[in-house]
Amino acid sequence: MNQPDMPIVEGPNCPLPITDHGTIVIGHGSGGQMTHDLIRGVFQSRLGNAILDTANDAASITDTPPGEQLVVSTDAHIVSPLFFAGGDIGRLAVCGTVNDVAMLGAEPRFLTATFILEEGFSIHELELIVDSFAQACQEAGVKLIAADTKVTEKGKSDKLFISTTGFGWAKSSLRIGGEQAKPGDSVIISGSVGNHGISVAEARGNLGFSSQVRSDTAPLNGLVKALLAADLNVHVLRDPTRGGLATTLVEIARQSKVNIELDEQSIPVDKPVRKTCELLGLDPLYLANEGKLILILPENQAEEALRIMRGSPYGEHSQVIGRVSDPSRGQVWLKTPFGTTRVLEMLAGEMLPRIC
Amino acid sequence: MSETPQNLRDATLTKAIMAEIRRITTQPWNIMEICGGQTHAIMQYGLDQLLPSEITLIHGPGCPVCVTSLQSIEQALQIAARPDVIFTTFGDMLRVPGNHADLFTARSQGADVRVVYSPLDSLKIATANPDKQVVFFAIGFETTAPTIASTILSARKAGINNFSILPANVLVPPAMHAILSNPANRVQGFLAAGHVCAVMGYHEYPPIAGQYQIPIVVTGFEPVDLATGILMTIQQLEAGQHTVSNAYPRFVTLEGNLVAQKMISDVFEPVDRQWRGIGTIPLSGLDLRPEYARFNALTRFELADTPLSESPLCIAGKVLSGVAKPFECPAFGKECVPAHPLGAPMVSSEGACAAYYRYHRTRE
Repeated sequence: MNQPDMPIVEGPNCPLPITDHGTIVIGHGSGGQMTHDLIRGVFQSRLGNAILDTANDAASITDTPPGEQLVVSTDAHIVSPLFFAGGDIGRLAVCGTVNDVAMLGAEPRFLTATFILEEGFSIHELELIVDSFAQACQEAGVKLIAADTKVTEKGKSDKLFISTTGFGWAKSSLRIGGEQAKPGDSVIISGSVGNHGISVAEARGNLGFSSQVRSDTAPLNGLVKALLAADLNVHVLRDPTRGGLATTLVEIARQSKVNIELDEQSIPVDKPVRKTCELLGLDPLYLANEGKLILILPENQAEEALRIMRGSPYGEHSQVIGRVSDPSRGQVWLKTPFGTTRVLEMLAGEMLPRIC
Repeated sequence: MSETPQNLRDATLTKAIMAEIRRITTQPWNIMEICGGQTHAIMQYGLDQLLPSEITLIHGPGCPVCVTSLQSIEQALQIAARPDVIFTTFGDMLRVPGNHADLFTARSQGADVRVVYSPLDSLKIATANPDKQVVFFAIGFETTAPTIASTILSARKAGINNFSILPANVLVPPAMHAILSNPANRVQGFLAAGHVCAVMGYHEYPPIAGQYQIPIVVTGFEPVDLATGILMTIQQLEAGQHTVSNAYPRFVTLEGNLVAQKMISDVFEPVDRQWRGIGTIPLSGLDLRPEYARFNALTRFELADTPLSESPLCIAGKVLSGVAKPFECPAFGKECVPAHPLGAPMVSSEGACAAYYRYHRTRE
């Protein structure tokens, strides 16, 4: 060992325990001093608020809006790698749950979260992720009111998993859901599809080239709030995440027992996403999105909805992409630019690139 | 990334070519597109809906995962299960069923199975994991063979000894012979696969066209390419001709890519090979030449013989040789769906059954 500046101190003195770790160690999950230090240093300093700071084992919500219904959603977030162009697991964990609450027409207000940390995970990376989590909370206007950390032995988890639960309130009169699509309704998407799927595939090193595509991870509650404020007769709101636009629309068609007809040319797909898909044999309609919503509402309100969406953050490129046609067992049809049609199915399994 | 010229997807131009096809067609004709990529494009754009009812498109055996033999898949599963092995493969191969399991199952049971986009990535994995054996599943047609050959050459040059392949490549022209000599054959004209011809040229085809009196048209993958290929085939059929012509001249020449061909012939030699559902086709596969035998996983690992059992419901063989359409299979869309395939053509997006399932089911 060539460390001339380090005095070698041996003898009858008591070694001090190391307290300043650069990585997560099992002691961070002990529930003792190290756990407290981690919570205070990494989490509370970034996410603290009056409710969280009470530091009790549970949070109480005292300002429940009268006459409204509580909407709750929960979601576990596992993504590899943790950072990708346009986002990271922290932003994803907030937006994913905020969006699920918002899709029932509710205004998301509170989150709870569990952070499952793997022994050996970098505390610096954890701080970056919690920063991003906090920033997304602020953007979405939600507060973290209860949280938990657990540490697993190395190899028993993968760096960091985050599970979040979201709470929001919606007017009790609202009837928004996947089963509400009606013949004659218009189908609107809030922007281009497939960006998140390509961004994560690239971050995994699966593309072998740089696609310049950024994930669309974003909170959509502002967009939803603007739509509801206009008193539109919203039938369905759904965010097309895993499985993509096609799978989500098939779910809606089946739930509502209607056929949906899409116009392929009007579905927005960014050019780099389209090029990457062509190269790899992927279909953008089946790639995940984390900042897009599908809106279904009566055709005579579509124009007004588009105007509102295009004026809201994350809705600038909103498009009418199709219509709900007739009652049926629930199929989604795509009209190609050639005047031909094909049926869209749910994603069968993991999407796999083709060979030649 | 090369970009597809937009005019090759021009709906007006495509429809104009289709109108010409309708104008000249006087009787029923059966045309086979060999390549699964063409099947996929035809279904994706719904081009078959634009053809006159006299013309039937028959989907050929050109789906690489579909024709990879059950024996090769069982060998792959055995090799992948070894704790000292990292098994690398094109993604499509993961869901193709063997006797009872697929490579996804193997992975869930602890096998280290990795998807690569190019066989060359396997060499990087081999270099990074010197204590492991890295085995690449060498499947595909003449299109994947040159990069696999170049990977073998690089491995030899760099002295990478923990890399080998499971050889399963197959060749198109012998399959065309097999289809045309089948007494049940219905194919009257061929759309030859554009990418395969980009590598191999099309000098192999005139003897086939002459022997079986059948027109062969080298065809690309875009709507205008496909419509043009079909038009040129119908023109020949209606005129009673049977020559080889090229509807894909922007990528294909008569002699093909000579560098790629030399690489294939330096590393590989033709051998008889099993095609799944079809049977053994003479000299239809590529195996490593003796001087490269040390890169053959089959000589590197000792494998047990496993009895092979196909689903009794699946008629993949008939579908792949053009004798039956996917919806003529009793299991189609019932026991056999993309999420739970009984046969390989339901797995890959290039497989005829999956293409039919995704794009061609009748409206309810």
